[in-house]
Amino acid sequence: MGVTDRQTGFPQRWWRALERHPPPVPGLTGDRWRSPLRGPWLTAVYGAVLLVGLPLVIITGLLDYAAYGPQFGQALPREVGWLRLPPFDWPTRPSWLFRVTQGLHVTLGIILIPVVLAKLWSVIPKLFIWPPARSLAQVLERLSLLLLVGGILFEIATGLLNIQYAYLFGFDFYTAHYFGAWVFIAAFVAHVTLKLPRMVSALRSRPALRDRRLPGQHESLRAELRTPLAATRPEPPDPDDLVAIAPGAPTMSRRGAIAVVGGLSLLLGALTIGQTLDGGWRRTALLLPRGRQPGTGPNGFPINRTAAAAGIEPDETGQRWRLTVRGGNRMVTLDRPRLLAMGQHTARLPISCVEGWSTRQTWSGVRLRDLAALVGVDDPASAQVRSLEKAGLFNQAILQANQVLDADSLLALRVNGADLSADHGFPARVIVPALPGVHCTKWVAEITFRTGADG
Amino acid sequence: MAEPLSRFRATYGSSLQHLVVMIACFALTGWVALRIAEEATAGRMLLWFVGAAIAHDLILFPIYASADRVLRGALGRPGHAGTEGQSPVAHHSMPRRAGQAPYRPSPLNHIRVPALATGLLFLVYLPGILRQGRETYLAATGQNQHPYLVRWLAITAMLFLVSGVWYLLRQIRWRRVDGSTR
Repeated sequence: MGVTDRQTGFPQRWWRALERHPPPVPGLTGDRWRSPLRGPWLTAVYGAVLLVGLPLVIITGLLDYAAYGPQFGQALPREVGWLRLPPFDWPTRPSWLFRVTQGLHVTLGIILIPVVLAKLWSVIPKLFIWPPARSLAQVLERLSLLLLVGGILFEIATGLLNIQYAYLFGFDFYTAHYFGAWVFIAAFVAHVTLKLPRMVSALRSRPALRDRRLPGQHESLRAELRTPLAATRPEPPDPDDLVAIAPGAPTMSRRGAIAVVGGLSLLLGALTIGQTLDGGWRRTALLLPRGRQPGTGPNGFPINRTAAAAGIEPDETGQRWRLTVRGGNRMVTLDRPRLLAMGQHTARLPISCVEGWSTRQTWSGVRLRDLAALVGVDDPASAQVRSLEKAGLFNQAILQANQVLDADSLLALRVNGADLSADHGFPARVIVPALPGVHCTKWVAEITFRTGADG
Repeated sequence: MAEPLSRFRATYGSSLQHLVVMIACFALTGWVALRIAEEATAGRMLLWFVGAAIAHDLILFPIYASADRVLRGALGRPGHAGTEGQSPVAHHSMPRRAGQAPYRPSPLNHIRVPALATGLLFLVYLPGILRQGRETYLAATGQNQHPYLVRWLAITAMLFLVSGVWYLLRQIRWRRVDGSTR
């Protein structure tokens, strides 16, 4: 189905005229490419890795959107039409669910960067081929490739800048990353549909490990991953124009090229995975913000917004602070000593951020369902939690019924045996299993439990 | 039935399924474009989208390809020996077998690979290394970005060191094997 045939479409005269008039740019004649490694097999190997890896990144990304509670209009971007997973209540179990989905999204996304770049390297001669198209079919396919390449690079660039807090692009990250992903998904699905048969036939053209014959037999039968540099030859001329017309001598074997790309992926993975691990391993994320602990002691784990940045004044959180709990027509205000006098529950729960980092800590405080019972709501449909923070995208969050009722869902007052620090949300913060960190509201001022009747 | 289909193929340049796949792809993209067009920053998004492809294809690729060419030139590449010509230099360690002529190890990949790795690390972790977005970084973490440049330089030094030592070991081994086979 791919446009691998050199068929000239309608109107033939125009396409032929285009072919006869290449612009005076060197490289378009196709004989400037030297690498003897380029060819359908190597491209198909990188393609196969991406075919497995990218869907995982896409699905975990869409799951993260679902985790934000789109049914309450609090997933960003808010209006996405039908471009989302079918609605469902984000579960609270397993408690590490969001830690894994988001960690996988970010870490795997970073690990695949070298593979994406290698795949682009392997097909780049086609960008400079003349004529760029011989038919309407090729024009359309080329445009879809712009969406594919632009899409993946756009997602990588915006994602990398977001997890490192450098919003150089000047537009809303959520809107751009979410809709950019859908443009990429459209082009990715189209590309896979058109090219999958070609990928399979190219992989079969040079067995990687399938051939069990001993090396030293006929050259072409030797499995590719056992072929050293000395035996590395260009692939036979292909209909895809990937193999160089005038290749140079090899400086690296095919397995060497694959090993380099794999090694680079491992290096990136090793320098990224630490932001999702606890203990000494965290420090291995040497170049990422969350490889560093902000301090030592019970509160010495990462935060995603400082009290200063949220505009929280010390006098708001001191003696004056009261928690307002509402439900139905009832309202209760509680100070911190009264909260501490209520039944305390302790839970070891991860806090995980959309930037991919996470950490598990021991939280203790009052169960959210006990607070609901205090105002006579035994069967809440949802709960709205408001922060003392006045501005800010995440100064309030709505929790689903299952998130309110989970036995480990807390209004935490203490962490790791000490009072919460100001940056961790003193006097009280929400912590709910598997809930995205930004919805675990800090500096809580007010909780409203809603029943089915008042929605 | 075959007649109109083959006429379609000749006109369009591929199969009907191809056209259907393309229409589906552009329909979804068009829907997204209409939705995005309402954003005040739609122009910037488009710029970054197309810019990302251009930055890779017309800037990043030519830079690293040229750097590689310069490096190969500087190391005295054996020229375009063609597909059958054997380079007298081995760029990659390989299992030795009896009767096989030993190759002198080449430093090319021992420079190429760490250079590639450090370049990649720079691109991926660029915001920290170049201290971009200082204020949002401080608001989010309560920290500064001071350590990253030094850490990146240290990782770079380590990569080149390991690669260099590896090259020396290959040289020593080659000299020994070469001496014993003569």
